[in-house]
Amino acid sequence: MIIEGKCWCYGANIDTDALAPMGSYQGENVLDGAKQCLRDVDPRFAKGVRENDIFVATENLGIGSSREAAPLFLKALGVRLILASSFARIFFRNCYNIGLPALICEQSPTINMGDKLIVDLDLGIIKNLTQDVSLSYEPIPEHLYNMVLSGGLLPYLKKQLSNEHN
Amino acid sequence: MGRPMSMTLSEKIIAQACGRSNVNSGDIVTCKVDLAMMHDSSGPRMAGKMLDELGVPVWDIDKLVVITDHYINDENPDHKKIQEHARAWCKSHKVKYFIREQGICHTVLPEYGHLKPGMFCVGGDSHSTTGGAFGAFMIGIGSSDLVGVLATGEIWVRVPETVCMKLKGTLQPGIAAKDIMLKLCSKYGMMGFNYQAIEYRGPVVEKMSVEERMTLTNMAAELGAKTGIVAPDDITQAYLSHVGITAIDAKRWQSDDEADFTKTITLNCSSLVPYVAAPSSPENSLSISEFSQITLNQAYVGACTGAKLDDLRMVAVVLKGKKVSKNIDFFVAPATLNIRKEAEKEGILKVLVEAGAKVLPSGCGGCIGLGAARLGENVVGISTTNRNFVGRAGHKSSALYLASPYTVAASAITGKITDPRHFF
Ligand code: SF4
Repeated sequence: MIIEGKCWCYGANIDTDALAPMGSYQGENVLDGAKQCLRDVDPRFAKGVRENDIFVATENLGIGSSREAAPLFLKALGVRLILASSFARIFFRNCYNIGLPALICEQSPTINMGDKLIVDLDLGIIKNLTQDVSLSYEPIPEHLYNMVLSGGLLPYLKKQLSNEHN
Repeated sequence: MGRPMSMTLSEKIIAQACGRSNVNSGDIVTCKVDLAMMHDSSGPRMAGKMLDELGVPVWDIDKLVVITDHYINDENPDHKKIQEHARAWCKSHKVKYFIREQGICHTVLPEYGHLKPGMFCVGGDSHSTTGGAFGAFMIGIGSSDLVGVLATGEIWVRVPETVCMKLKGTLQPGIAAKDIMLKLCSKYGMMGFNYQAIEYRGPVVEKMSVEERMTLTNMAAELGAKTGIVAPDDITQAYLSHVGITAIDAKRWQSDDEADFTKTITLNCSSLVPYVAAPSSPENSLSISEFSQITLNQAYVGACTGAKLDDLRMVAVVLKGKKVSKNIDFFVAPATLNIRKEAEKEGILKVLVEAGAKVLPSGCGGCIGLGAARLGENVVGISTTNRNFVGRAGHKSSALYLASPYTVAASAITGKITDPRHFF
């Protein structure tokens, strides 16, 4: 899996209330709710983010509630990859479960708003094209990577269930 | 064969759930789930819908509990729709344990006798860690993970390291479990124990009521922990006897003497002072002496963290015979209807109402900015809840301080953040 895109960079402790404000998602129209993503942190984000963009944060990304709307909104807005120095555990699981790879990358703080990255998840390479440097990340456990390749836990389960029935 | 390996309580529960004789921290294992809890926000409308898309039934209807507590008690048409959907979904899936509008899920679940030591449980809510107060291993998960559990009855987990949190000494009058947790948040931050399980031990825990232990395990989530847990003892047994669970195996569900704790942290509680978290994070906690100049407009006693019977008792001890400041809107939302009834019986509710409290329905309410206790523009509030992120409890310009039931009560009287020890 190769992802190439522009980075949106934020700091530490971006919580799930900031990503998916209370009441922004009632289980139906994800895109409508996603317009409120980070509204209190950076109102430009939801308007400006494009398909294939990369979301970057430093420490503790996704602290707070278990609400899956937080990564769902990012995905709905076009984000294809998340990098952070560290993640809250439920948010991390939720990302993979919805098919959005989340990489633990200690050098996240070196990335600047608008930098272009190319990431090859099969080879394990991140290149910051704007700064012309390579970055490293913690390898993704195999079962999580397989889940992402299937598009998330649901499609993964679907496949498994249909295999059982055949 | 050698002696069975020493394990911590959490490791023992996981080993049993994944069908192995022992596990080590770092192992990735697939566990069979003894109980799955979900509420109206994470449940039928999210996980339920996805399960239907998969087209498979709930793996074991006896092991599912659905509780409505988030979007209840108001006229909002969206919320009404969520409730109707929850009802219809539970009916069509023949959900046996559908508990409607009886209070907040984490406090309702044990009241209805669903938790006991040694169980491996999941909940569609980050504060599902609360269940650890009963010697169960209970973790919070997101909706997709819930679907996985609903469809298969299983979930993969990484066996966490266990941190031994030794609470030594004695809590002084006016100090509560909440102060311990705010102190730990200030010291270790909201990611201090990411991926780890915290086992609370020591003389302070041994003397604590089950409800105070629930505050410890509830706010393990604010320390980033996978869960918090307290080994069962006579106090656990006494609580569970009340809800119809007579025989627990308290001896079996203990950490072994030689168990491998990743570290041991000792907190001397004898010298603990009240702690308060400044906006907008629990980790902005400091000793109460830093907050003498903060004037308040609202005080809220509510949530799974801070409106159990013991919490209401603490509030009543401070408020007895007093009135709250005329500048303060004071709201109390007992965590469950049962707790409300008990509080009435004990005369606690009367004390609170006479002091000026408005009693609100039992549900999440003010904790998530719903209902009468929603924080308005520029309102400064203090509350017994567990999180104070920007905009969570109301308008983004509002400011919320977190504190113990004692401190919230004392502050309601004076209209300023106030050390409750003045009232003891
Ligand atoms: S009271 Fe607050 S913290 Fe507790 S379950 Fe409800 S929303 Fe979550």
